Amino acid sequence: MALEVMARAKGPIALDVAFRVEHGELLALVGHSGSGKTTLLRTIAGLWRPEVARVTVDGTSWLDTAARIDLPTHHRRVGIVFQNYALFPHMTAAQNVMAAMDVADRYEALRILDLVNLHGLGSRKPAQLSGGQQQRVAVARALARKPQALLLDEPFSAVDRATREKLYGEIIALRAHLAMPVVLVTHDMNEAQLLADRMVVIEQGRVVGAGTTAQVMADPEALRAMGIREVAAMLPAVIAEHGPDGLTRLDAATGPLFLPGVEGAPGTQVRVRIMAHEVILSRARPEGLSAQNILAGTVTQIVAGKGPAVTVHVRVGDHEILSRITRRAAEQMALRPGETIHAILKSMSVARDHVACAPDVSVLIKRFQAPICDQF
Amino acid sequence: MDWTALFLSLRLAAWTAVILLPVAVFMGRFLAFRQFGGKGLVEAAVMLPLVLPPTVFGFYMLVAFGRNSPIGDLWQSLFGHQLVFTFEGLVVASVIFNLPFAIQPAQRGFEAIAVEVREAAACCGMSPMRSLWKVELPLAWPGLMTAMVLTFAHTLGEFGIVLMVGGSIPGETRTIAIAIYDRVQGFDDRGAAIMSATLVAISLFTIAITYWLSARVGRRLS
Repeated sequence: MALEVMARAKGPIALDVAFRVEHGELLALVGHSGSGKTTLLRTIAGLWRPEVARVTVDGTSWLDTAARIDLPTHHRRVGIVFQNYALFPHMTAAQNVMAAMDVADRYEALRILDLVNLHGLGSRKPAQLSGGQQQRVAVARALARKPQALLLDEPFSAVDRATREKLYGEIIALRAHLAMPVVLVTHDMNEAQLLADRMVVIEQGRVVGAGTTAQVMADPEALRAMGIREVAAMLPAVIAEHGPDGLTRLDAATGPLFLPGVEGAPGTQVRVRIMAHEVILSRARPEGLSAQNILAGTVTQIVAGKGPAVTVHVRVGDHEILSRITRRAAEQMALRPGETIHAILKSMSVARDHVACAPDVSVLIKRFQAPICDQF
Repeated sequence: MDWTALFLSLRLAAWTAVILLPVAVFMGRFLAFRQFGGKGLVEAAVMLPLVLPPTVFGFYMLVAFGRNSPIGDLWQSLFGHQLVFTFEGLVVASVIFNLPFAIQPAQRGFEAIAVEVREAAACCGMSPMRSLWKVELPLAWPGLMTAMVLTFAHTLGEFGIVLMVGGSIPGETRTIAIAIYDRVQGFDDRGAAIMSATLVAISLFTIAITYWLSARVGRRLS
């Protein structure tokens, strides 16, 4: 069951990849441009056929080169959000959404547009919408197809940073309604970490790392292709209060975190990406330090790679924080698993777009009353 | 003023445009979207009437459709008269001679549609025919309209090919352009002047309408 993909090709982009995405799961295919990740997405949609490939959805073959099965794209129930959205420019937002329906239903189209926060914009043409709004129409259109697989091809790359941060939160909220497998193609590790449940790292058409997002983001070998400085942990938290000095207190399982420029009302759930190279470790609880976030935890693992650095996994509460320190420092401190350690994080080291709102989805479900999950 | 000739020209132009519309849609779309070996040759063949003198083209039409040619004989046995020097013969010649004016703008119109937009149509579950109807035609129609208007206006103004395969039979093959020529030959400068001015007015009007409509479509899409 679920979405299973296997693809092998010699060219124009060499491929040798297989992966599987469960229902309701969001898998990020990450890699540099030219790595073959978009080609994989196009293979799923039937827009490209590798020499040897198999795409099955819930046990039904969409493509099986061995069995000579190749369903044309319009017979595959696939929703896709293109990098530049590819909206139909001559149609209004509502007509774009209706175009993907089996039976055009204006009321339903407006309801889906509401779901992606485009209330009242149904009669605008794409040219009259901002980039972020166009992206939302593209998502609505993809959902209107009632897809068995939802494919997102770098859907955030064409909007500015502020819009992107907002859209991350919306996608996280929307996921409560999505029962189908979702594949996100991106080269942005921050995006992948904030949004994905699992990740597949692709380099020159081959899988160089795969696993849960936490596993991949802690694995320097998997991240070698994308840059070891991407090693990071993700921490769920709740906005507690905005201080008068611009610092926001977030309550996380690890204790309070003080970060600048976090937007959202108190009580809003957020996800915070904490870069491993920004975390300092100290045996004793340091005093007289400028850093605002000092979290006490236990060393669970010390992972050494080929380079001069090691990744230290620190369990704080129910969560894990990662710290990249030099091998020399780890030896000098004589770090061993099981030992108590203090992880120190500079407030200013968390970039604004490393915090994504993860709104409480029950609010949305209440707003739309009907159990939307059944419908997609 | 030779009204018969004017209406004959308008009728010929209308028939040519009507017949070429589906040809322009399917050939234009095919050439815009498909890559195949020998595509350049096909495109060159389509453009050939643009560079050949009408006399050369007309000569081949006479050879292909005239008496004792297979097509001419077939036409004769089917309809009881020959194809050349008739209105039908003019339509056939005009259709072939206008291929570049119809196909080229249509092809450009289809080429202007982003490939992702067509892919999005397929991903929305649209069959190729539905995608053509719902997405491609509405987006390519400025090109198709240009194609039809150029074909229409060009047919009104065509002279050489009509003379070669039609002659100048009043009510059958004497178009307005031929009529003007005849008037000039007959030293009827006033008649020629009136008809020339009429032709200029009609052609200008037709093309002006296209520009006006294209500008409107341009505003609608941007």
